[in-house]
Parts: sequence; structure tokens; C-alpha cells
Amino acid sequence: MSRRPYRREVSKTGWWLTHPRYIRYLLREVSCIFIGAYAVAVIVALWRLSQGRAAFDAYMASSHDTASFAFAVLAMLFALYHTYTWFQVTPKAMPLVFAGKRVPGAVIVLGHWAGFIVASAIFWFLMAG
Amino acid sequence: MSKQSVELEILRYDPERDEAPHFQSYTVPYREDWVVLDAVNYVKEELDRTLSYRWSCHMAVCGSCGMVVDGEPVLACHAFLRDYPDRIRIEPLHNFPVERDLVVVIDDFIDKLGSVKPYLVPKEEKDVEEGEYLQKPPELATFMQYTACINCLLCYSACPQYALDESFVGPAALALAHRYNLDSRDVGRGAREDVVASNPGVWQCSFVGACSEVCPKSVDPAAAIQQAKIAASGDYFLNLLTPWKRK
Repeated sequence: MSRRPYRREVSKTGWWLTHPRYIRYLLREVSCIFIGAYAVAVIVALWRLSQGRAAFDAYMASSHDTASFAFAVLAMLFALYHTYTWFQVTPKAMPLVFAGKRVPGAVIVLGHWAGFIVASAIFWFLMAG
Repeated sequence: MSKQSVELEILRYDPERDEAPHFQSYTVPYREDWVVLDAVNYVKEELDRTLSYRWSCHMAVCGSCGMVVDGEPVLACHAFLRDYPDRIRIEPLHNFPVERDLVVVIDDFIDKLGSVKPYLVPKEEKDVEEGEYLQKPPELATFMQYTACINCLLCYSACPQYALDESFVGPAALALAHRYNLDSRDVGRGAREDVVASNPGVWQCSFVGACSEVCPKSVDPAAAIQQAKIAASGDYFLNLLTPWKRK
């Protein structure tokens, strides 16, 4: 009897289409592109602000078209998805022990969301003020 | 009318006759309390004795009957027919060479498992007569979940990183390395570091998390690997800041 193990090929480019969990993973990874691009847009806005009010107003006016709005919405959706996935994995990377007992993962995740909401509320309060 | 039978599409491969694997269909009776392994056993006993697959305990303990059922790596003894449609596709575990039918070659995993020294490396060796290496319950709790691994290899089958680059040490071996690194009785972390903290070790993991999703024993290898990354980073910077302590 001869051995001739068969190696099934894995597509180097299409592997992520073989299961929904791989698509979710790739969406998480791709989210950094949109977040990075939005960060660049904010940095450009700050740079224009440093050049004076007229420059900043001109920049803001130039970003009031449909494409910019669509990009901002897309970036926000990806940022929220990234936040969700990041908070979900925190109990894995940072298991906490309190009073000799392991803190349930859900508590760690909820703690992150609470921090997120408080930080957002402070930001909005400062912006509104 | 209740279901009378189900159709199994099983991947067959005979290295002496086939150029490549192909699917073969079998109709088996449907039983509410049957798991996929029962249906595969029926094929073997009643329909086709040439079918090859591994199994032993039929109770999710031995880790032998890992298969990909309808695209998902599962223990065949832990997957009920009632949770699947009328036609079920059964393949050998992904990412391993197929030896024959549903049997895969696991030599690569066995080598990697050995490379992480998955055993207690005590500070001082004791004779059996001297008794156990004692440990307190909270110390045990730090790594208890990682002791549940049964080496079923579902995690390797689900891991796209291992699929794309076989040099990756992989989830189960790294989880076991972490299990011993966390053990208060163990001093083998330095000896495991060359493998665990290397690029084919924890750093090749991109945290897809599929290993933890498919693990039938809730070991959570993804958690072990991320914690090992943090530990390895700490070691790196400590080593950088204290050059006089370098080995």
C-alpha cells in the first residue's frame, strides 16, 4: 500500500470568501483604511485652520458635496464596526481578575462601551459649549 | 411527515486509485438522536466498508473525529443530524494533506506540538516518591481553560493563517505553550520563547478568531495567543532596558 497524501489547494486571493467569519474579519481589517483616510481629512482640515478662517471655510465648503458626505458616513460606519470588534476582543487579550475571580468578558466589553459613551458625551458637551 | 433519511456527500480519496478526491453520496436513515458520526458509522457498517475515518470515544473527549461538515470544522460525534439539512456534505479537516477519505496527515501538528515543550518544566526535578508539585486553586484558575484542549485540530482547520502559511505554529500548540507558561509550577517560558515569540509563532496570528469560534472545548486559543503576544512584547522591552540581564 503506497502513501500519496493529497494536498487541497487554498486560494491565496479568494480564501476569505469561503466563510462569513473570514469576510467579517476582512471587513474589520479593511476598516483601518477608511479610518486612516478620515484621519488624513481631519489633519488637512487642521492644517487649513492654521492658515486662517478663510482657508478653513474654503476647505469646509469644498467638502460639502455628496461624495464627501458618503465618505464620511462610510468612515463612521467602519469606525463603529471597528470599535465593536475591538471591544469584543478585549476580554481575550486583557482577562481581568478581581478579588480572586475572573471578571466575565461581558463586563469588560460593557465597561468599554460605557467609557466610549462617557468620552463621546464629554466631547459633545465641549463642542456644544 | 417526519424525515426518513438524509443524504451524505462524503469526500472520498483512494491514493492508489484516485488522482484527486471526489464526493460520493450515501443515503442513510435519519434518527433524531443520531450525530453525524453515527451516520458515517452506518455507511461504514452497512453500505461501504472501504470508507476510512478516525473516531474513538463518541463523546467529544478523544478528539479523533474532527471533520468539516457543511463547511464548518466540527467533531462528528458532537454534531447532530437534526441540526443539518437533508443533504450533508462531509469533508476531511481543511489545511491538512488527505491521507485517505476523511483521514488527514497530522505529522506537521505533532512536530509543532513537541516544539513548544507542552509539559511541565519544573524549577527542580523531583522523584515521584517526593510527591506532587503543589499549587493553589487561584493559580490553577489562571490556565485551567487551556488544559481542556483535546488536540482535535478543528482550530487548525478553521485558521486561514495556517491555510496560507504552514510555517505558522498554530492555535492549539500555542495555546498549550501559554498554558504551561501560566503555570506557577513551570519555569520553561524561556525555553519555549524561541518558538512561541518567533514570527511563525504568535506574531503570525492576525487574530481572525476562527480557532476560538470552532473549538468544541471552549479553550479559546485566540485569547491565549493574544496574551502571549503581550507577554512577548513585555519580555522584548524588558530585555532592551536591562541588557546586563541578557542570557
